Amino acid sequence: MSNKVIYAFYNDDDILMDAVKKTRAAHHHIEEVFCPFPVHGLDKAMGLAPTRLAICSFIYGCIGLSFAVWMMNYIMIQDWPQDIGGKPSFSYIENMPSFVPIMFELTVFFAAHLMVITFYMRSRLWPFKEAENPDVRTTDDHFLMEVAIKGNEEEMVSFFQNTGAVEVKVIDKH
Amino acid sequence: MYTFSSKLKTFSFILMALGLLGIGYGFYTAPKDIQEVEKILAAQSHGGHGEAAHEASMPTEASHEATAVDTDVIKGDAAVAVLTTEDTTKVTEEVQIEPISAQPIVKKESHVVSEEEAHAEHLNHVLHQLQNKPWSAFYVACIFFMLISLGVLAFYAIQYVSQAGWSPVLFRVMQGITAYLPVGSVIFFIFLVLSGLHLNHLFVWLDPEVVATDKLIANKSGYLNFPFWIIRAAIFLIGWNLYNYYTRKNCLAQDESNDNSNYKKNFNISAIFLVFFIVTESIMSWDWIMSIDPHWFSTLFGWYVFSSFFVSAITTIALVTLYLKSKGVLEFVNTSHIHDLAKFMFGFSVFWTYLWFSQFVLIWYANIPEEVTYFITRIEVYNLPFFAAVVMNFVFPLLILINTDFKRITWVLVMAGIVILMGHYLDFFLMIMPGTVGDQWFIGVSEIASVLFFLGLFIYVVFTALTKAPLLPKRNPFIDESKHFHY
Repeated sequence: MSNKVIYAFYNDDDILMDAVKKTRAAHHHIEEVFCPFPVHGLDKAMGLAPTRLAICSFIYGCIGLSFAVWMMNYIMIQDWPQDIGGKPSFSYIENMPSFVPIMFELTVFFAAHLMVITFYMRSRLWPFKEAENPDVRTTDDHFLMEVAIKGNEEEMVSFFQNTGAVEVKVIDKH
Repeated sequence: MYTFSSKLKTFSFILMALGLLGIGYGFYTAPKDIQEVEKILAAQSHGGHGEAAHEASMPTEASHEATAVDTDVIKGDAAVAVLTTEDTTKVTEEVQIEPISAQPIVKKESHVVSEEEAHAEHLNHVLHQLQNKPWSAFYVACIFFMLISLGVLAFYAIQYVSQAGWSPVLFRVMQGITAYLPVGSVIFFIFLVLSGLHLNHLFVWLDPEVVATDKLIANKSGYLNFPFWIIRAAIFLIGWNLYNYYTRKNCLAQDESNDNSNYKKNFNISAIFLVFFIVTESIMSWDWIMSIDPHWFSTLFGWYVFSSFFVSAITTIALVTLYLKSKGVLEFVNTSHIHDLAKFMFGFSVFWTYLWFSQFVLIWYANIPEEVTYFITRIEVYNLPFFAAVVMNFVFPLLILINTDFKRITWVLVMAGIVILMGHYLDFFLMIMPGTVGDQWFIGVSEIASVLFFLGLFIYVVFTALTKAPLLPKRNPFIDESKHFHY
């Protein structure tokens, strides 16, 4: 069975939003929407689940903090507790204030960098990755909605033409 | 229009009445002379050794914990002293209340004389601390509530000047809270005058005898002298209250006018106020808080005090807004407005911690004796409140308010808000008490009663002011944006 999709092009984000709402109401499955810039509220209109990136970041921050505490406890207190300028290195807590800047920075470092890497991995972004945009205009001034065809093809095409699309294409996707 | 519910009114009256009774009790039970102090201390040190029954009087409980710490030190001293004298019982009795006695003494006669002198001096010291206790308790609560309304005023001015699009629906709530400022200022100013009349010993540099013998303070007397100090206080308080008066007047006039001239006027005076505020706020913190410890100084103290009352002020706005919203009188306030306030609470809690830590770590790290005594007193004598303040003002809000969903849930915000406010009361307590009552501190009747009194007064004044004007400004240029604000 051929895997056909409809490419519906729009040239305004308001029209796109309306089209997305209509498409969802008509129970057509939206595969993807390509936009040249973020459209506020599009994720809600499409019914996408909220991101969990912030939760990841919090966990990474906790790991960073633990790493900083472990590292400085090992180096400064356990391994070689020298007297450096009279700072008390008898226990971690006694010299804790001088470790706080590092604890803070490592927390931020881990939280930020690991979150960014998580983002790249989850959205499959890396150098030399082949671009996936189905039409070059989607990076400039056109919005594209990709919908899988199920049932009557002509009916669907006319449905999308009525949603304000400037162009509707049927593509055989492999 | 909002109507002050009779229940809340009665509640505020009960708070004020209870508070007044407690404040009166605190002053009544403060020791009047050295003999009373001696009795209290004797009862305490016996209690410390677990011998005699505990006296039920308030100051006894107040300093009980502190003396328990002291007696450990004293026991050590006593061991030294016992070796030098035959009259063991007498010496130990003396020594229990006399920490400075570790010098080796050869003659029994001279020993007794020096001990008695030092003892009398010590009693006098403790007497001052115990007499300061009800005054300091009153002072902490008084300045705390006054600065909350000042912080709201500063926040309000910032909202005006930055032309914030989300906050105009909250302007009347903020104005209601700042209505406490004139009332609080008057009480506070009277308190400063009473201190100048030597009715208390909160500001040691106000005592001419101290200035005469203390070179460090004498050198600062060009700045720290009563006339200059009280004139500064008057200028600051009048300046803040003038802005408070005119901005509300313009805001109400804007409702009825046909153009935006009142709004523009408010914009201009808000900008001028903010400049005036940041200068006076800084000096205010030296005058009213840092001068409690006139031997100590810190350059970021003004910012530190600011961050403390500013976050309390934003928390107060959030709590009053949530209360009014729950009464259904703030039609246009939605969870996004609440969310924004919660973000400010979160952000400024972290800001406070940043300044708290910066001040602490720089002094701790360099460990210069003339600066570090400030923190040594706090860590040794005020250990629990000192670190509890960090937990309440940083760790708790950090973990609770970091979650986006939580920032929209009323009960979470109310809980976090109450912890933040208590934490910042504790913060002011820690700025003032160690310099005035030292190791005789306790959060007892005087302290709680003062807070209750000012809380009652605050609620009464604020909610009375809220009934005076509609809760939604009519012709503010940003009001439509604010009504439809969503995040």
